[in-house]
Amino acid sequence: MSSEPQITPEVIASHGLKPDEFELILEILGRQPSFTELGIFSVMWSEHCSYKNSKPLLKLLPTEGPHVLQGPGENAGVVALDERLAVCFKMESHNHPSAVEPFQGAATGVGGILRDIFTMGARPVANVDCLFFGEPGVPSVDRIIHGVIDGISHYGNCVGVPTVAGQVTFAPSFAGNPLVNAMSVGVMDRKDLTLAQAKTPGNLVIYFGNATGRDGVHGATFASEELTEETKEQRSAVQVGDPFMGKKILEATLELIRSGVVEAIQDMGAAGLTCSGCEIAGRGRLGMKLDLDKVPQRAENMSPYEMMLSESQERMLAIIEPRHLEVALAILNKWEVNPAVVGEVTDDGLFTVFHQGGIIAQVPALKISEESPVYHREARRPDSLPTSVYTPGPWIDGLDAYSSLTTLLSHPTIASKAWIYEQYDTQVQTNTVIGPGAGAAVLRVDGSEKLLAISTGVDPMKVACDPFNGAAMAVAEASLNLLCVGAIPLGLTDNLNFGNPEKPEQFWYFRRAVEGIAAMASALEVPVTGGNVSLYNESPTGPIWPTPTIGMVGAIESREHIIHPGFRTPGERVYLLGALPSSLAGSHLAFLQEKDRLPAPLDATTVDNLI
Amino acid sequence: MMTMKAACVTFPGSNCDQDMHRAIRLMGWELVPLWHTNSLDEQVDIIFIPGGFSYGDYLRCGALARFSPAMASIRDHASRGGLVMGICNGFQILCEAGFLPGALVRNKGLHFHCTWSHLRAENTTSPFTGSVSRERVLRIPIAHGEGNYTIDGDGLKRLEDGNQITFRYCAEDGRITDEANPNGSVSNIAGIINDRGNILGMMPHPERAMEAILGGEDGRSIFESLAASAPVST
Repeated sequence: MSSEPQITPEVIASHGLKPDEFELILEILGRQPSFTELGIFSVMWSEHCSYKNSKPLLKLLPTEGPHVLQGPGENAGVVALDERLAVCFKMESHNHPSAVEPFQGAATGVGGILRDIFTMGARPVANVDCLFFGEPGVPSVDRIIHGVIDGISHYGNCVGVPTVAGQVTFAPSFAGNPLVNAMSVGVMDRKDLTLAQAKTPGNLVIYFGNATGRDGVHGATFASEELTEETKEQRSAVQVGDPFMGKKILEATLELIRSGVVEAIQDMGAAGLTCSGCEIAGRGRLGMKLDLDKVPQRAENMSPYEMMLSESQERMLAIIEPRHLEVALAILNKWEVNPAVVGEVTDDGLFTVFHQGGIIAQVPALKISEESPVYHREARRPDSLPTSVYTPGPWIDGLDAYSSLTTLLSHPTIASKAWIYEQYDTQVQTNTVIGPGAGAAVLRVDGSEKLLAISTGVDPMKVACDPFNGAAMAVAEASLNLLCVGAIPLGLTDNLNFGNPEKPEQFWYFRRAVEGIAAMASALEVPVTGGNVSLYNESPTGPIWPTPTIGMVGAIESREHIIHPGFRTPGERVYLLGALPSSLAGSHLAFLQEKDRLPAPLDATTVDNLI
Repeated sequence: MMTMKAACVTFPGSNCDQDMHRAIRLMGWELVPLWHTNSLDEQVDIIFIPGGFSYGDYLRCGALARFSPAMASIRDHASRGGLVMGICNGFQILCEAGFLPGALVRNKGLHFHCTWSHLRAENTTSPFTGSVSRERVLRIPIAHGEGNYTIDGDGLKRLEDGNQITFRYCAEDGRITDEANPNGSVSNIAGIINDRGNILGMMPHPERAMEAILGGEDGRSIFESLAASAPVST
């Protein structure tokens, strides 16, 4: 350990750890941490891994329902589709990496969410992407737009999972900090449901997939800071995706799980070996011994610190009984995913890391993974938000219906997105009944009478006007999208993208939006089964519009119940269900007319009626 | 009547192999899955090389798959006059392995493109197209980034003279136009056969157009042609 750097206040601060957090580390360990241990605490206690700023709010969300088989806290949520099959789904952001290196940032976002799904034992059957960019026509923004779309196309197409739904918003507030929210949906036999919890001391820890390199060291911490000119230089914090290995570990993992030899399995995403090791041991109330010398490495002379914090992509950690080792290795070798036995489960509750024969880190697994500090942040309504009912400016008097309509229809947020989704394979796996371009996608499910429907919803402009009603409307929108193809909602995943929670005004948006999701999800009885929180979405031009992206899955009873979108026959009557809103507050038309002025609060009577 | 027996290769990175399996089952044929490290130890009527990204498309699409052990079985089968059909990545592999002339390069728009394309069968006497009428326009999906078929002038002439151009991209009404060409292929070429007529490579995916619920079943006509023409194995 003597070769590691000294722990100084500067070193602590550079890890994003606050002084009181460091005090807590001293208390937990009863001694000074080593440099590697400091790194482990810093990534595990980043917002990205610990949800330390959001835990109290997330408790507000309804998480239970008759269909829920697995709620929040695992890699992804699971809901029952029928007596035998289940749907596994989650949405996750890759915002900061996509701002710095759009292609790889978005590609690894897709790779990461796919791993969350197949790690649970489900075969991914659909990807969904919700993207939020600045307005096109500016080189720096165009670079992000094209890079992100190419990255999604590259990874998703290669892995062979169709991209069937999503949404794209272009607005000035996302120019410096795009949002890339990738969702994946899988289908599994219920008996294959596999969790990331070690159960038996003495079982082996098997590593497979790509070798560990220096890429992405500190990605989780990086994702928990505001973007500045300096952070844009942090390219080492962005990982590089390898969809070919992604496809191989997908097939290998599913074959491994179906062979019945897996006790627990976890992918290595944010915070890599550290997070997967601590979580798998901590959730099982057990410990783990990890020998770094046995971990496959692709760079020379990596320090234990670098290995523990590496976010090299396409890596998995599985817990296997010793008597099943031979079967497991045969499957993993068939798929050429380079398995290695790197440790074992222990009963001491400690996550112990060995390097070159010595112990380089020893921390309590449960305390670090489940008992991070929790912050109850101050929330304050921004003074700039008007409280009075919105009235449009004088522009309303000279409004011409035809030109207003063409202006709206030609705005990139509203115009057809075919130029984007035709770059994605929307049909591979031959189950796509309704693909992108409709309100919701519909997929056939092999082995079931029922069909699977997937939708998304959020209008960040409305959330910026009125976070409670705007977020409630996002939930309503996703539900209505499902209803419009004939599906009943089963569950939702929320990807909560907000600004810096340490700023009371940003935290207020966050809190009100979560309250709005909770209210609507409860009213519609759609449980929240998991999600992702992405805070610190701020660039030098300011925070993003608050964006609680909702992804939802639903079931259609049978083929006869599918409703195809679009008008079918000339002469059919068109009906409007529900009342028209009584004001233009939060509408795209009002925003285009008034630009910087966000009218608040929303007229949410339509939503109220739905409840 | 004897059942057709169809092998389908799976390379690491193949991702349309399961779709091809489904199509083979829909036809009521017997499926023989072929893992890339194995060789075929039984006679089959046809070997399919499915779409996907074999070996991650690293180096060049199809460039690594040609060295795979399963390719020896395909070579043996083809040399005996057996039928081979490569779709999308399978077409790329057949070109890389020298079974078919020409090459597939990056789409002219430089983007992956997935949509429904329209095809015209230019040669309706091959085993792959015998049941397709020349007048009929087939609606079949494409999904590729490197489908721009390229060949030199002499090569193109040989293809034309030998009646080896099997499919061309066309407009909905069957006209061969530049607008209907989704990737910049020479002469709107979407699929070709070898000079012996037993190996077909095509970029569009007939296995994705087998069922009305997925938007169309024009792909069946190709499978039906095969069923009608193949010397069924005994």
